[in-house]
Amino acid sequence: MIQGARIFWTGFVLHFKNLSASPFMMVTAAIWPLVYATLAFLMFRATHQAPSLLYAALGAAVMGIWSTTATSAGGAIQQQRWWGILEILVASPTRLILVLAPITTAIAGIGVYSIVSTLLWGRLLFGVPVHIEHPLLFAVSIPAAVVSIGLLGLVLASTFVVYRSASNLSQALEYPVWTITGMLIPLSVLPAWVGPIAWVLAPTWGMRAVRHAAIGGDVGVPLLVCAGLSLAYAAIAAVLLHYFERLARDRASLSLT
Amino acid sequence: MTSLRVFFLGGLISYRALFSWMTPSIFFLILVVQPVFQILLFAYIGRAASVGSDEFYVVGNAMQYAAVPCLFAMTQTIAGERFQQTLSYILISPAGRLPLFLGRALPVILNGFVTAAFSLLVGGLILGVRFPTSVFGPLAVVVLVATLSCTGLGLINAGLGLRVRETSVLSNLLVGILLIFCGANVSVSSLPDWMAAVSSWLPLTHAIKAAREVVHGSSLTDVQGLLGRELGVGVLYAVAGLAIIRFFETQSRRHATLGLA
Repeated sequence: MIQGARIFWTGFVLHFKNLSASPFMMVTAAIWPLVYATLAFLMFRATHQAPSLLYAALGAAVMGIWSTTATSAGGAIQQQRWWGILEILVASPTRLILVLAPITTAIAGIGVYSIVSTLLWGRLLFGVPVHIEHPLLFAVSIPAAVVSIGLLGLVLASTFVVYRSASNLSQALEYPVWTITGMLIPLSVLPAWVGPIAWVLAPTWGMRAVRHAAIGGDVGVPLLVCAGLSLAYAAIAAVLLHYFERLARDRASLSLT
Repeated sequence: MTSLRVFFLGGLISYRALFSWMTPSIFFLILVVQPVFQILLFAYIGRAASVGSDEFYVVGNAMQYAAVPCLFAMTQTIAGERFQQTLSYILISPAGRLPLFLGRALPVILNGFVTAAFSLLVGGLILGVRFPTSVFGPLAVVVLVATLSCTGLGLINAGLGLRVRETSVLSNLLVGILLIFCGANVSVSSLPDWMAAVSSWLPLTHAIKAAREVVHGSSLTDVQGLLGRELGVGVLYAVAGLAIIRFFETQSRRHATLGLA
């Protein structure tokens, strides 16, 4: 258990630093959400019926967390292939899930830059007051959102062990998840059938936890659901990884790019 | 004749090469599913904020998505060649640069056209926005003009790809700028003055305005001024793009940096 935690933490720190040095990841994490934040500010300030600008800033920030996950987590395994180390990682005595989970969590973790950038952007350019209702809960809700979204990324990554175009497919999920998880749109505006789909997606609850901690509202339930979903995603990923790893070994396709 | 061969065959082969990194099904997901969800996202934000109509967002975002293939694929034609180590062979060939690069632009223009048209139809169907059949012809012309002007910007992007390594970062930034400035989701009249001034020099702005007028019953004659401005902006960018390609090609040869990725 302690060894597992050590592997996870070391891997997380290593990949977080590595990703922070990538211009593509930094643009996706810190700059791209500003586009949506700006659009939301311009749209929301045109009417009094719109949610507050802080609501929009936080929504755009969590969009950044999902954005990095969608664009890169699906391709996490492919990346190891390109580097020529996937076979080594699979053959190592450490379980594959403990190698991949830190990668996808670090990818989601890079999205933290988006929280800083969108809040600063809103404050400096649009005068959005940044008043956090529950600072402590806010500080807890961010890692909870990052871990649960990162583990959803792990489920995506594990599905694609045997699939070449994983990252492209994963990227196609960026807008759908933004749309249905209530990041900039209250779920009540969406068709009722969208609700159950949104409930099983971590971004819905991560967004709710972050937003409630900042603006006000119940934070406990979203945090608990984030924790529950994280465990469920980890279990699903473990099963999928086990199955697809076997399949890739049988087909001798593990290192094929 | 050789130039025509380079234009058509070179363009076709280069376009097909884009599929080397993605299967057609993935290509469909990215170029069709993404724009439809972009339309839905902004239409529902509009509903939540009580700003704009569904039609406003369907037209704006479908038109904006004409830019995505034009920007990314044009850049990929150069960055991709460099990645595959074939850029030097292409540029050392005696083929004229104009048919070489404009030929690569042609399938991309068609691609952007199809993406925008499909997004317009599907996004409209999902949100219950009905367009009279009489607008489809003029709308097709507007979309075509928009894709032409976006390809002009794509050529600049491609030219910068000879110098800048992170071309996808550059493309993403340009798409983001277009999304904010060109009036797809926030009408140009609602933008701050300096943003409105910038937007009139960007591709898509005039085409989106023309498309909205066409949907409201204007004829092509009514919007010819807007289309003329859109084409003018596109030609301006295309000329600048070809000049940048020529300049950076010369620089890359001089400094022996052509194949560096």
